[in-house]
This record gives sequence, structure tokens and C-alpha cells, in this order.
Amino acid sequence: MKIDVHPNTSLVVRDLQGWYAESKVIHGMNFEVHEGEILTLLGRNGAGKTSTLRAIMGIMRKRTGSINFRSEELINKRIYEIARKGIAYCPEERAIFASLDVRENLTLPPVLQSGGMTDAELFQAFPNLQRRASSRGTRLSGGEQQMLAIARILRTGSRFLLLDEPSEGLAPVIVKEIGELLKKLKQRGYTIILVEQNWRFARSVADRHVVVEHGQVVDTFTADVSNTDVSRVQRYLGV
Amino acid sequence: MFDMISPQLLFGQLLIGLINGSFYAMLSMGLAIIFGLMNVVNFAHGVQYMLGAFCAWLLLNYLGVPYWGALIIAPLAVGAFGMLMERLVLRPLQHLDHLYALLATYAIALIVEGLVRQEYGSTGLPYAAPISGGINLGFMFLPYYRLWVVVFSIVTCAGTWLLIEYSKLGAYLRAANENPNIVESFGINVPRMITLTYGLGVGLAALSGVLAAPIYQVSPSMGSGLMITVFAVVVIGGIGSISGAIVTGYILGLAEAITKVFYPEAATTVAFVVMIVVLLLKPNGIFSSEKA
Repeated sequence: MKIDVHPNTSLVVRDLQGWYAESKVIHGMNFEVHEGEILTLLGRNGAGKTSTLRAIMGIMRKRTGSINFRSEELINKRIYEIARKGIAYCPEERAIFASLDVRENLTLPPVLQSGGMTDAELFQAFPNLQRRASSRGTRLSGGEQQMLAIARILRTGSRFLLLDEPSEGLAPVIVKEIGELLKKLKQRGYTIILVEQNWRFARSVADRHVVVEHGQVVDTFTADVSNTDVSRVQRYLGV
Repeated sequence: MFDMISPQLLFGQLLIGLINGSFYAMLSMGLAIIFGLMNVVNFAHGVQYMLGAFCAWLLLNYLGVPYWGALIIAPLAVGAFGMLMERLVLRPLQHLDHLYALLATYAIALIVEGLVRQEYGSTGLPYAAPISGGINLGFMFLPYYRLWVVVFSIVTCAGTWLLIEYSKLGAYLRAANENPNIVESFGINVPRMITLTYGLGVGLAALSGVLAAPIYQVSPSMGSGLMITVFAVVVIGGIGSISGAIVTGYILGLAEAITKVFYPEAATTVAFVVMIVVLLLKPNGIFSSEKA
């Protein structure tokens, strides 16, 4: 299969198929992510957005096709091997550990590559986490848990982030904070795939949008979408 | 009836209870560690304990390695056997219902116990205590070796608990217990961690076996007899709760001893009576966490 040769391509997904047990949820995804951009996967519930992130991370084990990251094939790699290539994942459910306090949650991921944020930088960026460092992880508010889930992967030095609906269920002011954070990360050269259903949030941060339906890519837009594009997106999202 | 009980009898039984409790605690702690990470009830635990004792006996009788050497070598050897078992048998079953892994450990237990019986017979083999003598406390005689067993098991249990509760390694274990995929997505080699943790649990069983060799006789069925009570300990303490397993282990050993003094007929039943009561009142066990 011909691989796209955009000079800055970081991740190329080709003909990706994925299954949960016997049920197929990804039906031949094709898209690529450029170095340093924020790409959103848009689509309705059950379209296959989260599954795509889980397939890239290796958490969805049964998958075929090609996931090429910086010229390395990931399709047969295990989760921890993929993580060590510099990809980090923040799941929708945030997965804050109840048996660990906030500090333990934050410092659990080992530093894999240099250039990650230090604990001091993270506490500066997320002062709430420092204040509540010795609370159980799951005692935090939803917004704080989301901050913690993002903060802990910023320690590792991984610069390719998979973020699954970071805005979900949060107050508008916190969504705005997360948006600011993502823009800062982009300035620092991070590459981000963002799964979103919140179109306004997605539009405010992303460079490009990929629309997913029934486990396939059905459309792609750049950030400077025209008004006709917007109505198309809204039709896809059913809003 | 109470005035007939001499202090010698009472304290003698309490010492036996404390010794039994030490083994219950160490064995149920290993089971709890394994269950916590793998969700597998390790039915081979009793056999792995027996292998520890046999390993000590073989080392002494064939290679002349004394008890103190066996205390290190046997857990390593049996732990290595456990890791092999995890890689070859348990790992291929890990994506199936956990009942398959449970059955596999039970099958291995039956096979290994049968092989050992075939080779060495069912009668107990003697193993001399490495420390002789004891101290007369006035109300009872305390053999030094028994004191050593109690102290060693308390130190081992406390050390293991501290490791899991307060170290980085322990944090990985606790986190992987909740969500192994996310821990692995941080770049941690969770499959290897599972192998090593199973090896640790098995090694602890073998260590208990070496400790037990001079107290109980070394025999193929020494583990299966003990494990019935140990499973009761695990259920009472709360499946997967490490501190619960340790504390319940000692308490149950003492409860058996006290029952033996006041109503000997019920001594072997008391653990199960407690288990039934706990299951009725607090089905997840006394020390269960929110997860269980």
C-alpha cells in the first residue's frame, strides 16, 4: 500500500481494522497526523473514535492494517512497547487510581524520554493538584481528575498524545482551561490526537478535523472551515 | 470447667496457634498478592509450599545444604518454577474466564503432589530443627526455633506489606490491580510484572514451606491440609486484601488455639464457622477495599 509522504508526517494509519472480541468496530480507517498539529477525531457516539485511539495504543489487541509511527510499524507491538516509542494515552474515563493518592497517581508513569515536564512545572501548571497531593486520586473533582490524567502523561516526555474527550462533563470555565493547555502544548511542539464530540471546543483548538462514522473516515477538514463546512460537520455530529 | 485449665496448657496452645497463624498469614498473603494482580485464585499454593519444604529436605539430604541455605535457595527455585508455570500455562489463559486459570493451577497441584507422592511416599519425612534448645518462661517452655518462626513470619509479612503499600513497585502493583492496560500504557512492562509477582507469591509459599519443615513433617499432602484453612482466611480477610490476609491469618491461628483449650472438638471447625458468619454479615470480607 502506498504510504503518504508528507514531509512532516508523524503517524500514518492505513486500512486499520479492529475488533472487540468478535465484534468489529473499526472498518478500514485511513488518516495521517502531522508533526506538531492537533488533529481531532469527530463523530457521534459509537462511531469508532475511542476504538481508534485504543487501537493505536495497542489496548485493542485484535487489529490489522498498518499504524506507522515515525517510520516504525506498531500494529504488532504491545502496549508498553508503543508507549516507549513516545505515545501517551489519556482515556475518556481518566483512569485515576483509587488506591493511590494524587502524588502517587501523578508520579506513577516513569520518565521515558528527556524533555518531559518536571513535577515542579506540573504543580505550577496545576496548582490544585499540589494542594490536594495527599488526597486519594478519586476524591478529586471531575475537572481535577482530568487535569491529573493529562498532567501525569506530560511527565513521561512522550510528545505524541492521544486524548479522549478531555472536555466531557466539565464546566465551561474548565473546558476553556484545558483548551489553553492544549494550545500551550502545541506551542511546545507536542502532537495531539483529540477525540471530541464538543465541536465548539474542537474547533477552538484543532488544526484539522477527521470525521469518523461506522469505523471509517468519511471526511476531513482543515481548521479554516467555511460556513458550509460547519453545517456539514454539524450534520455529521447530528447537532 | 475454666479452673481446670492450667497456664501451661493455655500458653502452649496459644504458641501453637501463633505458629499456625504465622503460616496462615504468610500463605494467605501470597494468595492475596497473586489474586490482586491476576484475579487468579492460585490453587497450586499449597503444593508450592510443600515443594519449598521438600526442596529444603532434598538440599539437606542430597547436597548437604543446611536449613539456612535452603531458606534462600528453596524460595528462589520454587519461585522460578512458578514463573515458568505463569509463562507457559497461566499467560495463555489470561484472556479467558479466570476460572480456567484456577482450574489449571488446581490441575498442576494434583499432578505435582501425585509425582512427589510417587517418588517419596506419603509418610512424613523428618527434618531436624536448625536451632535447638529453648527458654523456660516460667509458665511454659518456648523452643527457640518456634520463636524464630513467629518473628521471621511477622517480619516477612510486615516487610511485604510495607513494600506494597509504600514503595514505587507497590504503587505499580496497586495500580495494575485496578487497570493493567493504563499502567502498561505508561511504558511499564506489565506482562513481566505479572510473571515476577506470581514468582514472588510462589516464593513466599516456598519460604513458608522451609520454615514449616522442622515443625510439621515434610510430606506431599502437608500443603493441601493447610490450604483449606488458608482459603477460609482469605475469604474472611477479604479476597485480594493483603493486610486483611495477614491480620486474619494470625487471628484465626489464635482462635483455633483458644477453641482447642476450651472446646477441643470444635478446633478444626472454628475457622469455617467464622467464615460463614463473616460471609453472612460482610460478604466481601472484613478488610475488603471498595474494589472487592
